[in-house]
Amino acid sequence: MKRTVPLILAFISGIVMVIAFFCREGSLAENLSQEFLIWSSIIGGFSLLLGCASIVRVQWKHVSQQKSGWGFSVVTLAAVLISGLPGVFAVSWSPLFGRGTGSIYDWIFVYISTPMSGTMFGILAFYIASAAYRAFRARSAEATLLLITASLVMLWRIPMGEAFLGTISSHLVDFVNTYIMLGINLAVQRGIIIGAALGAASMSLRILLGIERTYMGRG
Amino acid sequence: MIATFLITQLPILLLQGPSGVPGPAAPISPLFRIDRINALIIVLVFSAAVLLYTRWAKQGMKLFVRKIAGLDAVEEAVGRATEMGRPVLFVPGLQELDEIQTIAGISILGRVARITAQYETPLVVPVRYPLVLAASQEVVEQAYREAGKEDSYNKDTVQYVAGEQMAFAATVNGMMMRDRPAANIFMGAFFAEALLLAETGNAAGSIQIAGTAQPEQLPFFIAACDYTLMGEELYAASAYLSHEPLLLGGLKGQDMMKVLIVLAVIIGVVLVAFNVGGTYVSWFQVR
Repeated sequence: MKRTVPLILAFISGIVMVIAFFCREGSLAENLSQEFLIWSSIIGGFSLLLGCASIVRVQWKHVSQQKSGWGFSVVTLAAVLISGLPGVFAVSWSPLFGRGTGSIYDWIFVYISTPMSGTMFGILAFYIASAAYRAFRARSAEATLLLITASLVMLWRIPMGEAFLGTISSHLVDFVNTYIMLGINLAVQRGIIIGAALGAASMSLRILLGIERTYMGRG
Repeated sequence: MIATFLITQLPILLLQGPSGVPGPAAPISPLFRIDRINALIIVLVFSAAVLLYTRWAKQGMKLFVRKIAGLDAVEEAVGRATEMGRPVLFVPGLQELDEIQTIAGISILGRVARITAQYETPLVVPVRYPLVLAASQEVVEQAYREAGKEDSYNKDTVQYVAGEQMAFAATVNGMMMRDRPAANIFMGAFFAEALLLAETGNAAGSIQIAGTAQPEQLPFFIAACDYTLMGEELYAASAYLSHEPLLLGGLKGQDMMKVLIVLAVIIGVVLVAFNVGGTYVSWFQVR
């Protein structure tokens, strides 16, 4: 039963979605697929409680056992409480509650969460530099080819670099655009995308027909 | 019985109008998207190829699957973690459970969890979505049960860490620097955080295996990880690791479809080159 019911549910919901793609608006399949999407949002909303319970349990364990870096766990627990609770309290109690402009939740989001995310994103530039250093070290013929190609593409991507390439040869900019980016690069990308799309379709079909059960821990 | 009903009757029921009234009076064509008939044909051909090879595999046909170094390295990575007495970190991507890459990641997680259970190596699985948390917990628990190590299963092996992309990346980076996992396995959909995670893992000295179908993130993983599964290899992983003929049949059907696509592309290139490919190209456009 524990094995069959999820398989039947996966088959029905999957086949409804597939049929809905080939049906016009107003058909039963289309309406059902919309219904399923709503159900999935509702289930997703309720499952947030699971996430909240998990984060509190794990972090509390870190604090109580004073594991390495337990101070971060205290900050995490405080962040969950401070950002979570005012967000779920009724706005009628105080304008600081709820999620509207001027609320505690909004203040934390605008002045703490967004700048911190931006900072993390900004750090990416340094990570790219260190990864590029390792990738472009000319240790072999292939790596040297990659280094030359990447240098040309990076120069081509910035206006000053493009102007510099133009001074070497007027055809160099067109060469990078036509042969490297729209030729070799695009062809390889399309190959990967077609392969990935077929892989995704094949896996979906296997799940739909109950052949692939490894995602349920069986197989 | 149920399966027969689902296959034969359900599609007919679903094609009926909102009134649900069956019979000859109910028009079907106004409800059906004729302009998507080409997509339907491709879906049917693809399904037929997958099912045919699956059937042949079931009948005992030998199917060759090329070696995928990244997947062969999974056991080696867990072995290294066991020797070093350090945990294995597995991230099943940053997308919801409705993303097929996440499901592929969770399938691989099941195999990895089985190996860590056998070796009694600690496993840490940080996730971004509660539904992924529930599915991953089920898969890991089942893997420990199948390995006969139910008592070693820790419910906090899979943990929800953050719902926001960069907060998730920061938390996982912190885990890598504090706990120094011997192996990091990234399987699923990744975005801008791909390089943040992989570079931190590299700095922590972990052996790293990544797999994603996001073409934009592949170069970052290739630069920072020891092994990378590209695109379709991620979806092939569960079949490759299980060696189950039924799953391998699906892979072969997929290869057959690739051959057909290559043929269609070559025909298209020739027709377009002679300026007579207009109608042919329109057959492949899905509205």
